[in-house]
Amino acid sequence: MKQKKLLAVASAGGHWVQLNRMIPAFEGHRLHWISTVPGLETKVQNGTFTAVRDASMWDKPGLLVMALQVAWRVLLFRPDVVVTTGAAPGFFAILFGRLLGAKTIWVDSVANAEELSLAGRKAKNWATHWLTQWPELAREEGPHYIGSVL
Amino acid sequence: MIFVTVGTQLAFDRMVGAVDNWAAISGDDVFAQVGPTDIHFNHIRQSTFLEPKDFDHYFNAASLVIAHAGMGSILTAMSYGKQIIIMPRKADLGEHRNDHQLATARSFVAHAGVSVVWDEDELIALLHRIDRAAIEQDLVQISGTAPEPFIRKLRELINS
Repeated sequence: MKQKKLLAVASAGGHWVQLNRMIPAFEGHRLHWISTVPGLETKVQNGTFTAVRDASMWDKPGLLVMALQVAWRVLLFRPDVVVTTGAAPGFFAILFGRLLGAKTIWVDSVANAEELSLAGRKAKNWATHWLTQWPELAREEGPHYIGSVL
Repeated sequence: MIFVTVGTQLAFDRMVGAVDNWAAISGDDVFAQVGPTDIHFNHIRQSTFLEPKDFDHYFNAASLVIAHAGMGSILTAMSYGKQIIIMPRKADLGEHRNDHQLATARSFVAHAGVSVVWDEDELIALLHRIDRAAIEQDLVQISGTAPEPFIRKLRELINS
């Protein structure tokens, strides 16, 4: 198997915990992690780490800063694959990653049991694989269901 | 020690206040990560935010965790094998931007190791009712990683 550059992105908190539960699937690849709390660097055992600004979909100036930070990191790292559990930084990583030709995998947070997250809905057009963790939310045209981190 | 956490983004004074009231009655030692709030609670120790290593420390030391219905708190409690009580934030009280925590809470009703309370009165009632010794017997530990079938399928997507 060819080693790939894998960019793993998640906001701090629940998104980050879920992404970390996927680590065995990342084995054999070169990893770079992006999250929103600098202290999480101490939790990264494999790969390099960047913290970006935290911002919600309702904080437009904050989002712009975050988007630029994510774009810059994507340009430097040139990932072959982007995997994210959201939220906003994951959306931007999917967007910029796809524009640069990466395979992009959105795994919507298991917290969204009744409808997809806002960032998840926005990621639809940019995700090569657009996934939900709830079979009830899966549709033929996506999002698709391959299981959950729980 | 009871550890209370409201996640990284927003305060949740309604829940923390209820635990503060409980601590005043019970004398329990409580450490609460309270998020950005102006309130100083009188009967518990509090911190706005915890560095990840400190967060781990309190999680480890706790005999019971009380949290907002956030997936990070729930998954972390489950992987440490800690009993957790979750209380969802409500958007109409300005506690979150939407009601996805209600959905999360609904999906954890009847889940081993997780107790759901819907408001602060239920939280206090549950704290009165629970048998702490029995809880420590009833630890549910989950693996630190996702189930193997999910890992395998995700790996196929990544490697293909």
